Amino acid sequence: MTYGSLPRKEDARFVRGRGTFVDDLVLPGMLHGAILRSPHAHARLLSVDTSAAEAHPKVRAVLTGKDLAERGMAWMPTLSHDVQAVLATDKVRFQGQEIAFVVAEDRYAARDALELIDVEYEPLPVVVDAPAALAAGAAVIRDDLGKADNHVFDWSSGDEAATEAAFAKAEVVARQDMLYPRVHPAPLETCGAVADVDAITGKLTVWATAQAPHAHRILYSRITGLPEHRIRIVAPDIGGGFGNKVGMYPGYLCAVVGSMVTGRPVKWTEDRSENLMSTSFARDYHMRGEIAATRDGRLLGLRVRVLADHGAFNGTAQPAKFPAGFFHVFTGSYDLPAAFCSVTGVYTNKAPGGVAYACSFRITEAVYVVERMMDVLARELGLDPAELRMRNLLRPEQFPYTCATGWQYDSGDYPRALTLLKEISGYDELRREQAGKRARGELMGLGLSFFTEAVGAGPREHMDILGFGMADGAELRVHPSGSAVLRLSCMSQGQGHETTFAQLVSAELGIPPEEVEVVQGDTDHTPFGLGTYGSRSTPVSGAAAVTVARKVRERARQVASAMLEVSPDDLEWERGRWFVRGVPGRGHTIREIALAAHSDLALPEGVEGQLYASTVYSPPNLTYPFGAYLCVVDVDADTGQVRVRRFVAVDDCGVRINPMIVAGQVHRGLADGIGMALMELMAFDADGNHLGGSFMDYLLPTALECPSWELGETVTPSPHHPIGAKGIGESATVGSPAAVVNAVVDALAPFGVRHADMPLTPAAVWRAMRGKPLRADLAIS
Amino acid sequence: MEITVTVNGEPHRRTVEPRLLLVHLLRDDLGLTGTHWGCDTSNCGTCVVWLDDLPVKSCTVLAAMADGKRVRTVEDLGHGAELDPVQQGFVACHGIQCGFCTPGMLMTARWLLDHDPDPSEDVIREAISGQLCRCTGYENIVRSIRWAAEHPDGATP
Repeated sequence: MTYGSLPRKEDARFVRGRGTFVDDLVLPGMLHGAILRSPHAHARLLSVDTSAAEAHPKVRAVLTGKDLAERGMAWMPTLSHDVQAVLATDKVRFQGQEIAFVVAEDRYAARDALELIDVEYEPLPVVVDAPAALAAGAAVIRDDLGKADNHVFDWSSGDEAATEAAFAKAEVVARQDMLYPRVHPAPLETCGAVADVDAITGKLTVWATAQAPHAHRILYSRITGLPEHRIRIVAPDIGGGFGNKVGMYPGYLCAVVGSMVTGRPVKWTEDRSENLMSTSFARDYHMRGEIAATRDGRLLGLRVRVLADHGAFNGTAQPAKFPAGFFHVFTGSYDLPAAFCSVTGVYTNKAPGGVAYACSFRITEAVYVVERMMDVLARELGLDPAELRMRNLLRPEQFPYTCATGWQYDSGDYPRALTLLKEISGYDELRREQAGKRARGELMGLGLSFFTEAVGAGPREHMDILGFGMADGAELRVHPSGSAVLRLSCMSQGQGHETTFAQLVSAELGIPPEEVEVVQGDTDHTPFGLGTYGSRSTPVSGAAAVTVARKVRERARQVASAMLEVSPDDLEWERGRWFVRGVPGRGHTIREIALAAHSDLALPEGVEGQLYASTVYSPPNLTYPFGAYLCVVDVDADTGQVRVRRFVAVDDCGVRINPMIVAGQVHRGLADGIGMALMELMAFDADGNHLGGSFMDYLLPTALECPSWELGETVTPSPHHPIGAKGIGESATVGSPAAVVNAVVDALAPFGVRHADMPLTPAAVWRAMRGKPLRADLAIS
Repeated sequence: MEITVTVNGEPHRRTVEPRLLLVHLLRDDLGLTGTHWGCDTSNCGTCVVWLDDLPVKSCTVLAAMADGKRVRTVEDLGHGAELDPVQQGFVACHGIQCGFCTPGMLMTARWLLDHDPDPSEDVIREAISGQLCRCTGYENIVRSIRWAAEHPDGATP
């Protein structure tokens, strides 16, 4: 069997320190770039004097917004039909915004020269608090668009009247305001690029931290005016992405212009503060959840009102028709007859972004609100949260299921997953232990979360980015000697594509995985497609790989029929071999067929030689992985410190290609949940100063905060994916934060705490215990 | 200023700026890009190397401070096809995803096992707690190091 926990091909280089990340690249004559950034969150640019920097002996070029404007490149399109300043020309709109770019002979000289640039600012009033962004008199951030306020969009989904009616007849209604605070994916490798314009051909090559190389090429083409055949984007090894490396950043373009101006390759690598302060953040959703139910705990309706903080430019990366991403899958895993959500987006003086950090296009926010509301309701009803969930989970016979906002869930057996979770965790015993502890005044909490994701965007007629349908290409060639090369449009950031995609081809063709080379990340050597994010590699590119392998298998059948001089209809396939039905000894292996396909063998009319095929796969639907999670915490009543004692996760992502890699993906997301729920904080003060701009302040979980994860699995194949697989890359990030928060709130029940916002730092827990919850994202007194 | 640093057994004599960081000497000057850089504040640990047999974060060590000293990097852990047991453990137990934190983790792991050949899970977690990994949730890194402890001579061929 070629599915299974095969060790990874990638590891041979990584374990030797021989990976090739962007900052490892050195080209002859390469220069180094550095960006001057704004210390102000909102200010008019009065002047930018670069003369002293230009006089630095090691400086080769200095670029400002004015220089880029002369090339028509001072602004670039975002992925959400807005524009973003590459280098500021009129105003700066968030702290850390790009103002000038220095190109110098080495890293140190480039940084030195930044200090020689003299910028005059006229500070303007700052908007940092999203709820205040639409208030009368709030400073207008996007005057460049001719706007008179900070409103970005209004968007809603569901049947408002039906939901209103459901609430009107409900015996119980619970309401809770909550903030999913701004967080950052913070991959360990920051973003960077090396740009090189060939002096003879004019061809631009950009090696960059790009999760979506082909989408980037479209943007470079639109911004520079170069046709696509004269642009090559190469994503080498990527040191973690999690959504941070989907979009286009000013630094990449500055490196490109730097190379155009100097005629030499230019490397730009941001530092950690630049990464945290200026690149794609995630979340920042202010939500009001309302849930309606009968007295015996049957759900009747769910309503959510969202205020979405989009920062200074609307730079969210998601299918373009969905300004709130897939938030409207917020009915989650429950049989909810009525649901309505409405979202208002606002500009603030903060960095742009909003869809990143393994969020499945905002399903993290959706799962968080519904799973918090389930616990709030359970408390209201005096029901155990597991029991309330069990009473309302979708039943297996309801699939395929269309939810109140129109999503068509493909498959699932939810009660089985929750039952398994309770068994593995010893849920009832834990509840008894908790009761004993409570009687002694000790704080122990159990937090459940049941999530459903919608991943694998997406059907091209419904989903696009920049007008480009979200289908993905794949090309497969079997070489004359029987080994193969698979070319993909997706791009690994650590997920192990080189291994799992080889396994997919191997399972279809019988070629050993080690003889299947997987090529990705280079637009000159891969087919067009929209890249890896939103857990779409396996649902979309994985399906493309299987489809193209099956096409090659059919071609092999034609060739085999010529070799054996029998009709193709008389051939049967067994792993790696076509043979004559009923005569198992008469057949040929894929290796023999590959050689024959390249030989002088006479082929029937219409059958092309060689073993090659290509495909473009547009998924008929998304895939809907799901899971049931339990977090067990102990809270120190004297300090407010939360310790995660256990975390049990039951995941169902359909058929697993490489279970070892799947488990690793789940582990990562569980750690994310602990980080976001307990530690990660990007706060802003009244002047718009970013208070989480380094790893000293933006705390990420270490091995000490993470317990040893306990995993369980069920397998409900996707009915429409060629091998029944679903995406898994983001499941645990989506599902786990609610479990952690539910556990802490459960632990604090003796204090009457019904809700507390993330991150639940000791200070936040302490304040919650005293009935004075903290708004952690603002440091405004 | 002029310094001599012995890196992976080989002496290198260089004229450097006093402010040059050891991580940049290794990466930019000596081309040893296995040692990574991930933050400016000694928090992430992707830059961990040994300085005279002690793991240090090379982003917070000046190249000048390594003058006359020995530095060991990930490139010295295995040789050709032969891998150190900690490298084998990271492959066997899926202790690697994106590979960015891996070299630093490996250097700490090797040091730990040299000083405590049979560390408990808690000791391992403590040992790597000054380093971040964003991909593995640490579980498989801990298992990888335990694997190496249980296979001090590496995998049996």
